Amino acid sequence: METKLLTEHYHVENFHTLTGYQAKGGYEVLKKALKLQPQQIIDEVKASGLRGRGGAGFPTGTKWGFLPKNNEPRYLLCNADEGEPGTCKDRVMMERAPHQLIEGMVISGHAVGSKKGYIYVRGEYVHVIRILETAVKEAYAAGFLGKNILGSGLDFDLDVYGGAGAYIVGEETGLISSLEGDKGQPKLKPPFPAVQGYLRKPTIVNNVETLAAVVPILKDGAAAYRKYGTEKSPGTKLFSLSGNIVRPGNYEVPLGYSLSDFIQKEGGGMRPGRKLKAVIPGGSSAPVLTADEVAKANLDYESLAGLGSMLGSGAVIVIDDSQCMVDLLGVLMHFYHHESCGQCTPCREGTGWLDKILHSILEGKGRLQDIDLLLKVADNMKGRTICALSDAAALPVLSFVTKFRDEFEYFVREGRSKVKGKAHAQMHH
Amino acid sequence: MFQLSASAQEKIRSEMKRYETKESAIIPSLFVAQKENNGWVSDEVLQALAKLMEIPHSRIHEVFKFYTMFNQKPVGRNHVQVCTNISCAVNGGRELADHVCKELKVGYEEMTDDGRFSVSKVECLGSCTTAPMMQVNEKYYENLTPESAMNILRGLK
Repeated sequence: METKLLTEHYHVENFHTLTGYQAKGGYEVLKKALKLQPQQIIDEVKASGLRGRGGAGFPTGTKWGFLPKNNEPRYLLCNADEGEPGTCKDRVMMERAPHQLIEGMVISGHAVGSKKGYIYVRGEYVHVIRILETAVKEAYAAGFLGKNILGSGLDFDLDVYGGAGAYIVGEETGLISSLEGDKGQPKLKPPFPAVQGYLRKPTIVNNVETLAAVVPILKDGAAAYRKYGTEKSPGTKLFSLSGNIVRPGNYEVPLGYSLSDFIQKEGGGMRPGRKLKAVIPGGSSAPVLTADEVAKANLDYESLAGLGSMLGSGAVIVIDDSQCMVDLLGVLMHFYHHESCGQCTPCREGTGWLDKILHSILEGKGRLQDIDLLLKVADNMKGRTICALSDAAALPVLSFVTKFRDEFEYFVREGRSKVKGKAHAQMHH
Repeated sequence: MFQLSASAQEKIRSEMKRYETKESAIIPSLFVAQKENNGWVSDEVLQALAKLMEIPHSRIHEVFKFYTMFNQKPVGRNHVQVCTNISCAVNGGRELADHVCKELKVGYEEMTDDGRFSVSKVECLGSCTTAPMMQVNEKYYENLTPESAMNILRGLK
């Protein structure tokens, strides 16, 4: 059920303003945190078990621990380039609680020894950029940003940077390239950003929700945070529930929550007369789950990994029995082909072939061997590239084709979709 | 010949000082220049930026080409972008896009004769829980039906 550690006051109309945020205790945690030693904050975040909320789920405290132990200047970047299809929770967090993100960033900046941060927001979120810029100005005027914050002797400057449209910039080294004024192409790791990131300086890149979660963790302590969620997936998380569902929306629930309950209770279940066919549980890159698998799934990192999928960004995309899986895979492969940055051959060529093969199947020109060709191409794209986009394109192919093979075979044989009422001519992207 | 206005030049100069390096100002400056050139970026625009920013044309060009928000050809006064990615696709996003084109009598990536509209199908814009949606210039319109979308568009000059 909904458990609001981050979103408790989102319904308050002026919560996005400094006045509204402070009326609900905003920036009180910062006052407390400024009196702590950086290592104390890092230890608390490590103890909380907070894992990156952008998609990879890497433990945040551990990531911070990769920074060099010296006085070299370092940057704290907030990844607000939310672009994983199905995901819009960071947008809501920035619209409703920009100061929560700022507070989390100042605390995190203190923890990692950074005096400069950027919030990199996807460029299409024009209204979000405006909200953030206003909030940053308010925070400067109130002394929560800038020099000698609240008399602590600590400095932290923060600015907002708008991107210009590229999914790949959500990958942390792609984001760094973009912020450096370049094409948003990922960089080969190592060196990892913590060692050599933005402008070759040590850099931490964290997702919006990760940085905001630092506030409740520091407020009541790691032990209180761990009361929610599971042993290995502690705390709460925002999930974007979309697709064929009665009440789509962004909901904060404890990790470990049953996916079926989430769909039924928060989502209001399936639309009248419709049956659940599949769910993509963690954004478009996460392998699809069948209805049977959904019944066994919980919304945490381990449960979904155990089912061969992933929690990813927390975008739960519900697919009902009116949808054609061949068609939807076509939509996704068109996307990955469009978004491949072109650096690595397996991804650049692979996404192109997947898109082309699916296009040909959807036009009714598919051959039976094309189905295995899809699997072969996808298999060759895994683990062979600079970043995870190639895998992100391969995984849906492997899961869609394996789990819904009958729909692919029908489409090839009959030249049209197995799902009644769907003529392929209207369907393709 | 395209020329940046005095206020645009001033804005770009301030962006060049805003970040750690002036190259970080390429993206913000392309937005400023695109706005001055009726919503798209021509080679003249790139040349004007290269001169003002003292950054090689080729450097600005490759950034311009990489990102989808920089338009490579003229767009309508109302640039309509309909999301057709998965959460919108399962909620009629593609049918919405087709309907808009049909009603406006325009093809994808094309502009109406009067220059009032252009239409594109685009990838996920982060409006998944309010699908289907369209973005017109900077504004999001969500929870659309083909009819409600057309009512909105008819109200735009």
